[in-house]
Amino acid sequence: MQDDEAVREFLIESNENLAKLDRELVELEQQPGDEKLIASIFRTIHTIKGTSGFFGFSILGSITHIAENILSQVRDKQRELTPEIVSLILETVDAVKAVLTAIESNGAEGQDVYQELRERLTAVHKACGSLASAAAASASPASQPVNPVSKDAAALSQATVSSQPVPANRPPAEVSSAASETTTNNEIAHKEQEPAASASRTSALSDSTIRVDVTLLDKLMNLVGELVLARNQILQVVASQDSALTTTSQRLNLITTELQESVMKTRMQPIGVVWDKLPRVVRDLASSCGKKIQIEMDGAETELDKTIIEAIKDPLTHIVRNSCDHGIEMPDVRAQRGKNPQGRLSLRAFHEGGHVIIEISDDGAGIDAEKIKAKALSKGLIRAEQLAHLSEREVMNLVFLPALSTAETVTSISGRGVGMDVVKTNVEKIGGSVDLSSAVGEGTTIRIKIPLTLAIIPGLVVTLRAAQADGAAAKERFVIPQGSLLELIRLEGEAARRQIENIHGTPVYRRRGKLLPLVYLNRVLQVTEQGEQADVVNIVVLQAENHQFGLVVDGISDTQEIVVKPLGQQLKGLNCYAGASIMGDGRIALILDVLGLAQRAGVINEIRDRSMAEQTEELKKTTTDKKTFLVFAGPSEARMAVPLDRVARLEELPVSQIEQAGTQWVAQYRGEILPLIDLELAVEEKRERRRAREVFSEDSARLQVVVCNQDGHRVGLMVERIVDIVEDAAELKYPASRPGILYSAVINGQVTELIDIPAILQSTGISFMNQPQNEMNLAKATN
Amino acid sequence: MANSLQFCSFYLDHLLLGVEIQSVQEVIRHLPMTRVPLASNVVSGLINLRGQIVTAVDLRRCLGMPDRATGQLPMNVVVRTADGPVSLLVDDIGDVIEVTDESYEPAPQNMSRQQKEMVQGVYKLDGRLLLVLNTERSLATGLEVA
Repeated sequence: MQDDEAVREFLIESNENLAKLDRELVELEQQPGDEKLIASIFRTIHTIKGTSGFFGFSILGSITHIAENILSQVRDKQRELTPEIVSLILETVDAVKAVLTAIESNGAEGQDVYQELRERLTAVHKACGSLASAAAASASPASQPVNPVSKDAAALSQATVSSQPVPANRPPAEVSSAASETTTNNEIAHKEQEPAASASRTSALSDSTIRVDVTLLDKLMNLVGELVLARNQILQVVASQDSALTTTSQRLNLITTELQESVMKTRMQPIGVVWDKLPRVVRDLASSCGKKIQIEMDGAETELDKTIIEAIKDPLTHIVRNSCDHGIEMPDVRAQRGKNPQGRLSLRAFHEGGHVIIEISDDGAGIDAEKIKAKALSKGLIRAEQLAHLSEREVMNLVFLPALSTAETVTSISGRGVGMDVVKTNVEKIGGSVDLSSAVGEGTTIRIKIPLTLAIIPGLVVTLRAAQADGAAAKERFVIPQGSLLELIRLEGEAARRQIENIHGTPVYRRRGKLLPLVYLNRVLQVTEQGEQADVVNIVVLQAENHQFGLVVDGISDTQEIVVKPLGQQLKGLNCYAGASIMGDGRIALILDVLGLAQRAGVINEIRDRSMAEQTEELKKTTTDKKTFLVFAGPSEARMAVPLDRVARLEELPVSQIEQAGTQWVAQYRGEILPLIDLELAVEEKRERRRAREVFSEDSARLQVVVCNQDGHRVGLMVERIVDIVEDAAELKYPASRPGILYSAVINGQVTELIDIPAILQSTGISFMNQPQNEMNLAKATN
Repeated sequence: MANSLQFCSFYLDHLLLGVEIQSVQEVIRHLPMTRVPLASNVVSGLINLRGQIVTAVDLRRCLGMPDRATGQLPMNVVVRTADGPVSLLVDDIGDVIEVTDESYEPAPQNMSRQQKEMVQGVYKLDGRLLLVLNTERSLATGLEVA
């Protein structure tokens, strides 16, 4: 056999070219006139033919030779490119692939000589090239010899050429003309002089590229990782002393950073590398199912780490196949439903907060939740009573269970129910997540979220004061990947204790009017707390899937580029760590896995979502008009609510801040005078009780105030306590039984009174006119 | 002539244990360790072995022995496993001992069950016994608990 190295080179190169070919052929079918594309396809086939001739792969040579002849006819405008020809050429590409695989595995071309394919190819070629078959085609080219060199002359002599599609199963005929044979042979001879450089003809760019083994890149990446660590250590040492070393170390710092970026880049590949194959996949699927599918791709230049590209290749193909097979309907069904008979499959890739998002959406039939339920039941994947508790999103995600397919029939393409679970496991393996959303009749969107790179990430270093075994306190460091970080909140002194509230032992923090569940890192990790209650609370607000939560840590150091190293087998079971990293001082810090942490802390709690879904399920069916309400306890523990969109803020005001303006309670608030409404007074009309209220007698007491917007002004409702924020359609209504109330409704399963703010303002005699501070505003408004 | 094998020996309390020398990557003195909260109790923490993060497993805990006295720093015996190096924490390090097949016997039946699982067999030396540690098994227990 020939030099193995050269053969391997040929294989790699050919495989790359073939991938390109697939895409280009499909593209060509859509824009048949594109000469550049034809030329490029021709060149690719030609390159493979030339090189295989050089290595003595005769089967490969002869198949590609005939295909090349047909293409040269197309190129010279002797015939039009019909879908049949494209199919035939694609088939040739497949045959070439098969032969290449055979060569790769055992060094020889294998037994199959593709006689039938060759005959068909020859027939097609002949149909155009020879006068004899001109009768079959209504208007066929006049002359036979094909000479790629004198292309212009050939084009001139056959000014108006149009050929008919030729049936693929024509009788065999002899191989093409001698003229074209000699030309191509010349080119082969030319090839033989520099076979390795043949690829360079396809583009000028490849002259400046070189093939590098991925393992070498991996090693390089590891070394750079070490260098980054060493750099961090040097910077820490140097920072503590002023010397000539400072300048040098700063240079080292810059160079290392640049080197790191460059090495990272060597591993980056555009996602288009994977996408290139998809148009072909979609085309083949569509034609085999008799569907029409158009594929759109957006963001093919989005770059991802090589290992990630490899990992998502199969999942992507799976999803695309699924969409084509089950998602998009047959053309007549689509027409019936009033859709464009041609289905649309769109792929989108973009960056979002340190992650790359890939969205695959189709405008097909969508997924019927009922079907999934029925299927899951019949397959025994889930029990009926379990199913009843699932939210719609959870039902959708059942698709990812092994052995669940909603396709009615098993086809060669898909429907066997393996696939989506593979998609999920593969994506999760590289730290990504998959989400599926679907609307019946409108289509399905699958969203894959994957990290940009696995190697070096920016992270926030946080600390915990923990008691060591020997009793001494020590700071333990943890790293939070920057990608999931939303914001940092620092509460000091009094505020720290006051602003963190408890709902049945669950600490929450009011962040801009919304409750943020808090998770104490030391409690989750079961690290013994050390020392007294801190007077500073550091909250790291994190995003885990669709949930936000605040992680309470003892200290926040700084952000650092960290090299992610995997944990040993002994620690694999711990889902709250994503890995470990060596810090500047040479010690190790654990990298927290935000999602795992959230799960462990119960922030992502399917059960809670479930019960909410259950309660609102009935209402969901009848109406989509859901509102969000702030539910609070009013006078005498009455359950009351206001629509959340009316609420500006939730405040806690000390009683000492409450002042009296005439008969009205007010507070100075954000540079305004905030009229306070005593709900007891407003709804119960007990004017006398107000002065006797115990709350006011005690200076240290605090008032819970709901600041509401009313016609551009703010009013404060004095409430007993904030209960919850609830989303509900409030379908069941009951007329109000007392003034100041709009109506009573069942919100979250309990009868709740809705406050009528304008009515209350009227009844309590609050008029914004009377307040000098607001005259200006009002004047403006009336003007 | 019987096959001779070399063992890297170390002490745990009064026990003399050994692992085959080929599987030992290196022996180093105590290194600063990073605790891993929530990990199984046999995992003492993570050590930085020249830029490589290595899990340290306390052999005393693997064998169900009491913890070493505070202040007594363990030594690291770094062994190669299928999943990369793992450090075994031992009390003290011994010599490299050459043994022959003839002196080998399986672990005695009356050893405690936990210890018997970890000990492959025994080599009878002059005046003492060398217990052969089943590394894979010892590390697997850590895994199970985790």
